[in-house]
Amino acid sequence: MISLASPTVAILLTGMLVGVSAALLGSFLVLRGNSMLADAISHSILFGIALAWLLTGQTTGPVQIAGAALSGVLAVLLIETLTRTRRLRDDAAIGLVFPALFSIGVLLINVFARDVHLDEHTVLLGEIGFVWLDTLTLGGVELPRATLAMAVMLALDAVFVLVFYKSLKLATFDPDLARALGLAPGLVFYAHLSLLSGTAVAAFDAVGVVLFVTFVVVPPATALLLTRRLSTLIAVAMLIAAASAPIGYGVALWLDVSIGGSMALATGPFLAAAYAWRRWQTARRRRVRPVQPASSASA
Amino acid sequence: MSELGPDIREPHEPGLALHVEDLTVSYDDRPALWDIDLNIPPGVMAGVVGPNGAGKSTLLKAVLGLVPLSAGHVRLFGYPYRNQRRRVGYVPQRSSVDWDFPTTAVDVVTMGLYGKLGWLRWPGRRERDLALRALDEVGMEALADRQMSELSGGQQQRVFIARALVQQPDILLLDEPMAGVDATTERSIIDILGRLRSEGRTIIVVHHDLQTVQRYFDWLVMLNVRVIAAGPLDAVYTPRNLRRTYGGQVALLDAGGEATDESAHANATH
Repeated sequence: MISLASPTVAILLTGMLVGVSAALLGSFLVLRGNSMLADAISHSILFGIALAWLLTGQTTGPVQIAGAALSGVLAVLLIETLTRTRRLRDDAAIGLVFPALFSIGVLLINVFARDVHLDEHTVLLGEIGFVWLDTLTLGGVELPRATLAMAVMLALDAVFVLVFYKSLKLATFDPDLARALGLAPGLVFYAHLSLLSGTAVAAFDAVGVVLFVTFVVVPPATALLLTRRLSTLIAVAMLIAAASAPIGYGVALWLDVSIGGSMALATGPFLAAAYAWRRWQTARRRRVRPVQPASSASA
Repeated sequence: MSELGPDIREPHEPGLALHVEDLTVSYDDRPALWDIDLNIPPGVMAGVVGPNGAGKSTLLKAVLGLVPLSAGHVRLFGYPYRNQRRRVGYVPQRSSVDWDFPTTAVDVVTMGLYGKLGWLRWPGRRERDLALRALDEVGMEALADRQMSELSGGQQQRVFIARALVQQPDILLLDEPMAGVDATTERSIIDILGRLRSEGRTIIVVHHDLQTVQRYFDWLVMLNVRVIAAGPLDAVYTPRNLRRTYGGQVALLDAGGEATDESAHANATH
């Protein structure tokens, strides 16, 4: 029997799957200019996780992922409704909605789930070091449950982005034109955020919600400094996220610190390097500029 | 949003490029447009003028179904917008998008074809060729593969116009296309629009510079939440209508049409 349940393989694979899927969906969120929605969603899903557990008694599996995904969408709906009243700006609405849903989730767990393996510390930070302990066997292959969940979510995310790439792109760049052309940007937006919620739920076992947000925001923000094409941006963001997992794992072993935390932190140097490169490019172009008018006039 | 007005299976006022009847649009219970009736015949170059907050952009958005209508209906060549998407090109205000988005000029123009491609088909060779031709029409083919953020405001505006042209629209709606562009670009935009009109297309332009109204347009809509006046330029562009549209806001208008014309020429030459 093949086993993917060796600790190192399971941890690396899960970390990379989390990073890659977060960066894929995060690219559109960062370009839309509402990265903080990822924070709102990933916290609000605790409410859905707690509720799904109360209703079905399950702490993992598709039911729980769907339930939690719905609570992420609920958070976005509430935020949009509050913003539309024009009494609150969207940042204030985000700050109002997700702590409320998160704290209701915490209270539900405290009151009803004292003895169950579901605690708010794990939700925030995850325990990627233990993913290999919880396995199932599928077609003769022993797989960690969290790894399988992440693989399924990444597959769904990738299919969604590939099929609706045009609509996602136009809905992000110019939602008015998308609507005028009949490409339903609102529908695309909610489908995107539902998948982001589902992915966040699958990821919470591994890296927790706070670190998930890091993977949603930092790799795309880094790639945006390096490239000028949307498709390249997404590819670069996914590569950076994938590379951060093994780097972070190595650092965690070396310094004996949290694996999830150090995987997320490993995205930082990429951002710093990209920023430095961009600064250097801009400075170089500025030095060259005085020559340009003459050459462009002759062109 | 429910479709208000007459049965959409029957054409209603098919002889008009744009027919707006009893249209009211409100934001927060405050009307942005109040009881608008408007008819624009095919083949004209129409300006929409009015003070800030007059509802000029909202009028275009209402025509395109981008804002909910509180009352009334809109028909383009007799049918609602959603049956006529292919025939309408829209050039939004340049400030409405983030120009740091990672995309090139030709890519932005290709976006104009996304509606025709539908949900699933990807743009290919043919779409790129159409986009390049549209860029050529606005004199931007040489910059096709430039990043949008590297282009000047006037160049970005021309890319936006090319994005509408690539759809081969019968009606073109433009929201302040001359805002923040230099005099050369403004002249070339007017040339492009004039050429399109001579091909029989209908051009509707939200415009803010009264000094050029008489030179650019042959049809005028004067708007201030309500329609103050609309019709052939010569019939409606009067000092009286200007005062009713702008109230006391524009002092130079009191000097009358002659003076406005002269100061416009003075502006253009210096």
